[in-house]
Amino acid sequence: MVSSMIFFACLAVAAYFVFNNIVKIRRNINLGKAFETTGNQGERFKKMIFIAFGQQKMFDRPLVALLHLFVYLGFLIVNIEMLEIIIDGLFGTHRVLLKFLGNSYHFMVNIFEFFAITIIIACVIFYVRRNVLKIKRFWFSEMSTAPRTDANIILVAEILLMSAFLWMNAADLSLQAKGLGHYTQTGSFLISSHLVPFIDHLSAGSLIFIERGAWWFHILGVLAFANYLPYSKHLHIILAFPNTYFSNLLPAGQFKNMPEVTKEVKLMLNLPLTEAENAAAPAGRFGAKDVPDLTWKQLMEAYTCTECGRCSSVCPANITGKKLSPRKIMMDTRDRMEEIGANIDKNGSFQDDGKTLYSNYISQEELLACTTCNACVDACPVNIDPLSIIMDLRKFMIMEESKAPASWNNMFSNLENNMAPWKFAPTERFNWAKKEE
Amino acid sequence: MNIMTMAAFAAKGEQPEILFWVGCAGSFDDRYKSVTLAICKILDKVGMSFAVLGTEESCTGDPARRAGNDFLFQMQAMSNIEVLNGYGIKKIVTACPHCFNTIKNEYPILGGNYEVIHHSELLQELLNQGKINLQGGGEFKGKKITYHDSCYLGRANNIYDAPREVLEALDISLVEMKRSKSKGLCCGAGGGQMFKEPEKGNKDINVERTEEAIETGATTIATACPFCMTMMSDGVKNKEKEASIAVMDLAELVAKFM
Repeated sequence: MVSSMIFFACLAVAAYFVFNNIVKIRRNINLGKAFETTGNQGERFKKMIFIAFGQQKMFDRPLVALLHLFVYLGFLIVNIEMLEIIIDGLFGTHRVLLKFLGNSYHFMVNIFEFFAITIIIACVIFYVRRNVLKIKRFWFSEMSTAPRTDANIILVAEILLMSAFLWMNAADLSLQAKGLGHYTQTGSFLISSHLVPFIDHLSAGSLIFIERGAWWFHILGVLAFANYLPYSKHLHIILAFPNTYFSNLLPAGQFKNMPEVTKEVKLMLNLPLTEAENAAAPAGRFGAKDVPDLTWKQLMEAYTCTECGRCSSVCPANITGKKLSPRKIMMDTRDRMEEIGANIDKNGSFQDDGKTLYSNYISQEELLACTTCNACVDACPVNIDPLSIIMDLRKFMIMEESKAPASWNNMFSNLENNMAPWKFAPTERFNWAKKEE
Repeated sequence: MNIMTMAAFAAKGEQPEILFWVGCAGSFDDRYKSVTLAICKILDKVGMSFAVLGTEESCTGDPARRAGNDFLFQMQAMSNIEVLNGYGIKKIVTACPHCFNTIKNEYPILGGNYEVIHHSELLQELLNQGKINLQGGGEFKGKKITYHDSCYLGRANNIYDAPREVLEALDISLVEMKRSKSKGLCCGAGGGQMFKEPEKGNKDINVERTEEAIETGATTIATACPFCMTMMSDGVKNKEKEASIAVMDLAELVAKFM
């Protein structure tokens, strides 16, 4: 009874904090501007099923994809077990599903154990790749101590949670063999049965301590992990779904039109305005200077990013030692968004802190290095578009700050005066045909 | 070969089958002018009626937009659209993936709606229709050729097969670079980089890409974009391989063996 109450209290506290965090993340994402979806619902739903649920793009690197798939499926499946834990915890029952499932219970736990062990193996391999083999993209300059620790916390947490699950079952089996108390016969389990010999010699009291201890560790660990998610890159397990659902379905080379510019250009060229253009409010800022100038979709992408670095590992600028790293663009966007969020929490509404995403977080040098080649966009396993943020900041830098390099300014003036990016007279444009004669 | 302008067609009250959008590089870049002429030669040989805008053509605005100057882009775009719509243009072939992407994807919202194809697609179509007959590979026979994907053709518009099918029709052995198709590495010129010095780094992108092309053992690097051509040619020069490796456009290869 007491333990049921403690359990309920833990659940309630965790749920309260999770709810609070969801509200905060939603608020932060909504700092962004409106976003126009592309394509129809069916197409976008298909994207979500293939890319988020089916992990299609992960399979560009098959071995890692397979390991990741096991962790992901394991996560989904082992979480069914949470249902039993919650019922048991609230009502003081033990392995409540056994009664309902009968013989299939044994089969179900075996599946759980299969995934538990594969999760452990995969996470150990992931840990070694990051920390021992030091795969290059996990050590780029934006991967400072904090993001590296975040990644390791997640891996270690998963290994511990799954180990607790297996030791809990092993202690249970041992107690069953001793015919003790309410430890009903379940039949031997796939993995934990091999752990039994290590603890079989212990007293019943110690075994119960291990069984209960592992049970509490597992559930409290999961609740703690749920609360760690919002502060971590691990949010991708949830946001990958909406993020892929709102994928850009237009050709990747098509840049978004700026209607506020269209209106001004039409006025300059004496072209008739459409009704919508007539009614439109005067343009605010061209391009993006700070997080609120981006769309909520771009901000959601920043929360979705799991910092795998595939984008940066294929970026031609990054490969050749330039400062630009698409992953850093996403990490900076999230950091700045959270900074603004914290500012609002503290002051009630946003108080100018003299900082902006442009310049304080992302430098001109980074923005200038992009070739707009779309390799980062193509590489992202969850369809994040770092290029759109780079371009919005670049537009601000060029159109509002006039901070173009001299050579670009020359190109601009050639375009204006000679209708070509180079300094040739427009009257010579057709001279190539003479070469032929 | 008589290359007619739209103005000349209009004066006769006629419409050509297709407008050939030459582009700035095709008009002014000495190396790329020969690609322009190769395309004209092919169109002329297959008997397709085509026109160019001549001095009425101007930059699509792509470099301005990629460099973040949307004003300039839209100025260019709108005045081009006025010219194109004025002539009642329906179908356009471009010799540049940047022009192609801009006119095809970014002009419609500004009032310019045309059927736009890139010259690799046109060549593929003409080959499939049997309008182009290639006479073996000549001096290229048995030699290796590699194709460098242009970002604005490939990732930007998902055109990977057309240029490859054209090359395969040449009866030469096509070898792929380590990074190709959707994983292809940029030549380094996109996003306005063509018109500025690269940012500080430890290597030039075109050198990195050229090294990859050299690794394939190909004696020809085929391109389908004027900027890629410049970057890859510079890369080959940087590696002092210009005597053994040629950088050629698809259209030049086709025109050579027709």
